[in-house]
Amino acid sequence: MNPGKILLVEDNPDDVTLTLRALKSHNITNEVMVAQDGVEAIDYLFGNKDRPAPSELPAVVLLDLKLPRVNGMEVLQRIRSEERTKLLPVVILTSSDEERDVVDGYSLGANSYVRKPVDFVEFTKAAQQLGLYWLLMNRAPPAPRGP
Amino acid sequence: MSIRDWPIKRKLTAILLLISGLVLLLTSAAFVTYQIVTFRQTMRNNLATRARILAANSTAALAFANEADAREILAALKYDPHMLSAALYDQDGRVLATYPAAAPAGLIPAAPEPDGYRFEGARLVAFTAVAQGENQRLGTLFIASDTKAVADALRLSGLIAIVVLGIALLAAYALAAALQGRISAPILALAETATAASTRQDYSVRAPKFGEDELGMLTDAFNQMLGRIEEQKKELQQHAKILEQRVAERTGELEKRAAELQAANGELDAFAYSVSHDLRAPLRSIDGFSQVLLEDYAAQLGDAGRDSLQRVRAASQRMATLIDDLLKLARVTRAEMRTEQIDLSGMAREVVAEIERTTTGERQVEFVIAPGLEAQGDSRLLRVVLDNLLRNGWKYTGKRAQPRVEFTAQDENGDRVFVIKDNGAGFDMRYADKLFGVFQRLHSAAEFEGTGVGLATVRRIINRHGGRIWAEGVVDQGATFYFTL
Repeated sequence: MNPGKILLVEDNPDDVTLTLRALKSHNITNEVMVAQDGVEAIDYLFGNKDRPAPSELPAVVLLDLKLPRVNGMEVLQRIRSEERTKLLPVVILTSSDEERDVVDGYSLGANSYVRKPVDFVEFTKAAQQLGLYWLLMNRAPPAPRGP
Repeated sequence: MSIRDWPIKRKLTAILLLISGLVLLLTSAAFVTYQIVTFRQTMRNNLATRARILAANSTAALAFANEADAREILAALKYDPHMLSAALYDQDGRVLATYPAAAPAGLIPAAPEPDGYRFEGARLVAFTAVAQGENQRLGTLFIASDTKAVADALRLSGLIAIVVLGIALLAAYALAAALQGRISAPILALAETATAASTRQDYSVRAPKFGEDELGMLTDAFNQMLGRIEEQKKELQQHAKILEQRVAERTGELEKRAAELQAANGELDAFAYSVSHDLRAPLRSIDGFSQVLLEDYAAQLGDAGRDSLQRVRAASQRMATLIDDLLKLARVTRAEMRTEQIDLSGMAREVVAEIERTTTGERQVEFVIAPGLEAQGDSRLLRVVLDNLLRNGWKYTGKRAQPRVEFTAQDENGDRVFVIKDNGAGFDMRYADKLFGVFQRLHSAAEFEGTGVGLATVRRIINRHGGRIWAEGVVDQGATFYFTL
């Protein structure tokens, strides 16, 4: 299994708890970094004046769309526009199944689009499959050179 | 150019010339004929007189058979250059003397012929009795003159006739050219006016009037007609102007409405978007943490507690379904329509196949789909209609031993009416008006599950296609849905 971290960009603490639980219940033990909005996500990935960017990128980003301050689409746009992160796997994990969002997400270069089911059993299944796929099945792009 | 295509001026002139030429020709012919007839008459009379005088002078010579005298008498004819030949015969028909004295054989007949005058070729011949007293015939006088005088007269009168004909035709042409204008001018003026009116669409022109005859009446009638057309054109233009104004007003109103609608749609869009996001999030928490409780604290909760939590989870999931259905309904209202020709029969077969796949054969329902059903519409939206109605048929025949759903069409008052009929639970016609309302259900969720949004969605789609939908049903005997597009 890919030992990399997972970056979870999610503003709803309930969803954070449930997502972490769902991942854990399927023995996905990778470290999960939580960003509570778009700004935090960008700061984590690219660093800011207080903190440098991490030397190692996460294995996958689970990205909610509706976020305070900077929304998910903007985060995705930023990720794709930077040389260092343009190949970073990004999975949109959101409540919306608006066609518009799906189309926009893929247009901006999302690798997957998953709608969070209300049924928690279904949700854990989805989280398990996501983890299995992105951490086990999927061959990650070669690690970029340091920042 | 055929005569038919000649300009009217030329036609009139030609007719006038033809008529006057014919008349002149006939008159000339009559004149010439009369000339010839009278001239021949005169010639005959003259010859007869000369013959009688000559006969009277010859009696003595004949009586005494004096050839010398006879020859001398005849020789006097040389003073008339028209006299060709003459002869005196005695009683026995023998030639006594001839003129000229040595006449060639062909010129004098061998024997006298009966008395009388006749034209023979180019000569006039006469045989006259030479008699003493009243009835003592002494012999016969033959005399022949040429007809040059007739020919001369004929030539002269012919020449006169030709000259007169020529002058008369010239005069007729001049007159015709001058007079045809009386008839052709009004017609030409009419034609010109008509052309001007039709090519320039200028109905204010008027044809000039030349007199009070039939052409004058025609001109009047034509001008009146132009006047009426002009009036009507003005009225039409006025109407068109008013219409344009109204269209502009309506367009303005419509544009305003469209802008308002767009704004409302935008708001609805934003609303639906937040519903989709924000209403679902707490449901996920309710369901998720209930499941956490069930997993982590099952022992402490006891049966009743677990049952309660299961109900909480069922309710939250049901609410999620309701939200999703409502969102679908909102999308149906907003979605852009792309109209195309649709094979409804084929679409229905696909829907049935999907129903059978998703229900994994838990029940066998007989679906009867009429072939060749077609309509104009948006394929995505109409698929939602067929899916809802056929799925309803499948659902509400759940308690039948031989469930059956039919999809057919019929023509009513020129409208194509599509019919989906089942033999399922049916409904009470008293509540028929509630069928298509949002969240309106005629059956309990325990009896038949559902959110009560499906038929509302169907009606909205049908309405967006400009069609109608209605239903008939009898409790426990089935329901029939009719729709037009």
